[in-house]
Amino acid sequence: MNVTAIFINIFSLLLLLIAFIKDRKKTKQALKIALKSFIAILPMVLIIIILIGLLLSFVSSSDISTIIGEQSGFSGVLIVALFGSVMHIPSLISFPLAASVLKNGASVMAVAAFITTLTMIGLLMLPLEIKELGKKMALLRNGLSFVFAILIALLMGAVL
Amino acid sequence: MNKESQQKQKKTFKRDVAILMIVLLVTVILSSFFPDKRPELINVSWGFLIEMAAILPAVMILMGLFAVFVPKDTIVNHLGETSGIKGIALALFFGALPTGPLYLAFPLAAVLIKKGARISNIIVFLSAWACIKIPQEMMELQFLGVKFMAARLVLTIVFVIVMGLIIEGLLEWEEKKFNKN
Repeated sequence: MNVTAIFINIFSLLLLLIAFIKDRKKTKQALKIALKSFIAILPMVLIIIILIGLLLSFVSSSDISTIIGEQSGFSGVLIVALFGSVMHIPSLISFPLAASVLKNGASVMAVAAFITTLTMIGLLMLPLEIKELGKKMALLRNGLSFVFAILIALLMGAVL
Repeated sequence: MNKESQQKQKKTFKRDVAILMIVLLVTVILSSFFPDKRPELINVSWGFLIEMAAILPAVMILMGLFAVFVPKDTIVNHLGETSGIKGIALALFFGALPTGPLYLAFPLAAVLIKKGARISNIIVFLSAWACIKIPQEMMELQFLGVKFMAARLVLTIVFVIVMGLIIEGLLEWEEKKFNKN
């Protein structure tokens, strides 16, 4: 276990302890929710883990690099951003996928674009968003999010 | 949680399990055709499984705790009445709390609109909820490192605020135009 994982586990346990002292019933309910969401996300986690294994053993770093590496330039970022906008996977499990392609040839820009569009934009959720917020606000939010996600990605590439 | 979303969750779960089975099957077939790839496949997947197991339960517990201990009314009341820099800071803060997927935030945002909250606050709140969530930042820290996580966090906060102000400006400008005619 690395330092980050240890830190996060200690932090969660500490909060859990405080919550337990404060209100046992509510804490029990919280743990129930935690367990339920854990089970709910588990199949997706396993799918992603296997896909990462397949990706890294069957696709070479140079292939990944050609499609979404530094030399793929702006078009690579655009493709990844579109991909991230359409995909509907829990953002929590996108990070191992992002890490695996980053270590194997993908550019910082592409990875940042993927994470940012994946989290900010949900084309599959758009009907729901329109229903709750109205067409104008929902479309403006998703459209501008796409533009800013690419800006964030380009700046990430420049900074890191 | 209402019945409808519970049923939807069950359906999604079944679908995910089915996809998992297909992926497993394909993987077994592929690795029997390419036995030389098998060690790396197992190695890589096992490594990520361990890393996930080290952090995911803690993140889930955190999300469960916040879902129960931070009532939605608190969020709505605070965001509905605060504006300016304080409003934006609050929107960022409430959005970032570890509380469930984005589709849960839309109804809250709808209530905020009805309450007359600033549009910029609502956009910042939604965006923070979508991509500055504390559990996400934790996973990002774990898998992509502190530099990547910090740089993306700072950039995202800046642009999310800019986006909130732009959308608010656009909607207000349009409303003014509409009122004149």
